[in-house]
Amino acid sequence: MSTMPTKDHAELAGQFNTDESRVDWHDETLWWIRQKRDKAVNQLPEWELLRETASKIKEHMLSNIGNYLEAFEANALANGITVHWAADAKEHNEIVHGIIKKHGVNRMVKSKSMLTEECHLNEYLAENGIEVIDSDLGERIVQLAKEPPSHIVLPCIHKKKEEIGDLFHEHLGTPAGLSDPQILTETARQHLREVFLTRKIALTGVNFAVAETGEFVVCTNEGNADMGAHLSEVHIASMGFEKVIPKREHLGVFLRLLTRSATGQPITTYSSHYKKPRPGQEMHIVIVDNGRSIQLGRKDFRNSLKCIRCGACMNTCPVYRRSGGHSYHNAISGPIGSILAPNLDMEKYADLPFASTLCGSCSNVCPVKIDIHDQLYKWRQVIVKAGYTTKTKTASMKMMEWTLSSPGIYHAAGKAGRIVMKYAPFAVNNALNPWYKQRDMPKPPAESFDEWYKKNRGNR
Amino acid sequence: MSSRGKVLSAIRANQPVLTALPNVEPLKAYANQENLLAQYTTVATNIGAKVYEIKNINEVKAIIQNNFEAGKRIVSTVAELSDLADTKEYLSDLPVQLADVELAILQSDLAVAENGAIWITEDQMGQRVLPFITQHLVAIVNAKNIVATMHDAYSVIGITTQGFGAFIAGPSKTADIEQSLVIGAHGPRSMSLFLIKED
Repeated sequence: MSTMPTKDHAELAGQFNTDESRVDWHDETLWWIRQKRDKAVNQLPEWELLRETASKIKEHMLSNIGNYLEAFEANALANGITVHWAADAKEHNEIVHGIIKKHGVNRMVKSKSMLTEECHLNEYLAENGIEVIDSDLGERIVQLAKEPPSHIVLPCIHKKKEEIGDLFHEHLGTPAGLSDPQILTETARQHLREVFLTRKIALTGVNFAVAETGEFVVCTNEGNADMGAHLSEVHIASMGFEKVIPKREHLGVFLRLLTRSATGQPITTYSSHYKKPRPGQEMHIVIVDNGRSIQLGRKDFRNSLKCIRCGACMNTCPVYRRSGGHSYHNAISGPIGSILAPNLDMEKYADLPFASTLCGSCSNVCPVKIDIHDQLYKWRQVIVKAGYTTKTKTASMKMMEWTLSSPGIYHAAGKAGRIVMKYAPFAVNNALNPWYKQRDMPKPPAESFDEWYKKNRGNR
Repeated sequence: MSSRGKVLSAIRANQPVLTALPNVEPLKAYANQENLLAQYTTVATNIGAKVYEIKNINEVKAIIQNNFEAGKRIVSTVAELSDLADTKEYLSDLPVQLADVELAILQSDLAVAENGAIWITEDQMGQRVLPFITQHLVAIVNAKNIVATMHDAYSVIGITTQGFGAFIAGPSKTADIEQSLVIGAHGPRSMSLFLIKED
């Protein structure tokens, strides 16, 4: 589903913004989730200590990650799990395909894994004749719509229930015009139960991998990861290498933070600890790098690898809420996606660090204290220096530099601006100026502060 | 070089200077250890579970007979319930053969007050898929096994060697359609917790 056009964030946000009432609905829904998060968080006096502890555990993990990965591998092998290493997305996809081929099947059920979105696994397997069905309800919905998820925790947050009813009518044979979430969910339950019962191979993501025990933990509310995994003969779990944590007791810290930050729940319905395959079952773990080791070496950006994928930064972001997840044209959207994506391809994602007001709300809610807004600002410096900004941005920055470099030019430009805004606003407020898209400008003041001061206080 | 070697050497080349691992012990001091049964009941109810306080396992039978249709498939890992449920034969079924289980009655030795979860290991599940595939789930826990927080829970669990274990908190649910909460996503449509409070 990597059919996203090569438009930048501003253009894609512009498309999203053509339907104003939908933007308001999207904005309010996500803010409601942010408020649920606040309510849950405020019940814990130790919240800040939890965040600090989690951040420090991840910092330590990153500082010793080579050893922790080797320990995790050794323990997982001792538990009877097969461990694979993939340097990049391509190799990850080939490993998964290889396992499927070995078992002579052509279909698989998959629970939520943002890593497989990052690797475009579904498309790769489809090209090789393997059908993949996503079993998370939201992911199944966007899969039927042939769209990528727009949010890492709430994949179809951009879809209205009537649109979901239409999709189910078209693909699952429900009567036309259904929109009751209860009925639509029951339909998906029946449809996916059939899938779970008939697939030999199940792939899941990994929320945490414990070095000390060689186990991995998968969190869901729906129970879809467990239905797939325990009914399968082969369970494949894909993980970015940064998912490893040192000890089992650290799960106590992360599981307390994860869902409170994500949805305001005290914990997900299921937090499943997979340590050994069940007798007769095959279990595989694929440990993926895909640019993470490069990010590890970027001093200013390595903290992004602490991310536990809760989505809190998206729910709180004033830009995300009003531009929609698809405007980020990356598997992981929102503020965290905007600091992860340029590491993968600085040119393709040069626009994303600019898709922010730098208000800092993302950093305030992050459960592992990633300095997200500082990193967005730092990526801007890196991207401008590397020459990846658009021509219009470069030209306007040059003009700004010239204007601000001399008080004379600055004052003249200010005066000219006020006159134009007063007598010829159409010269600025036209289709050529992107600032006027979905915005109204305030009336310009009659005079500058400098002019006012000279007139009123200048003689004293 | 193998991919394993490539990945690990790239990591080692870029790994920052070693920092200290923080202690999680100070977090335990914040826990409210008062009246854990009441705390647990409130949270479990809030996340959609039904809570019964009982004195002994015999009360389970009466409640189940009153609340579940006769003739549906009931399985259990609790030997005392063998007159009510299949406690043996399902163990030799293939996981897919459990698709018609209406009710599974399982025992847990650990519950967490702050989030309403129970911890259940694979030997307490009978079959791993059982607590997920059953239409309805009942868990029996002794009230004295309720701990305050997840930190306390992991202190109890330690580094046990079971092949599979899970925290389960309430019935399966989703809010993927316009954030409307629907109980009964892929797993159980209900979860009942029988908390044994001995005099």
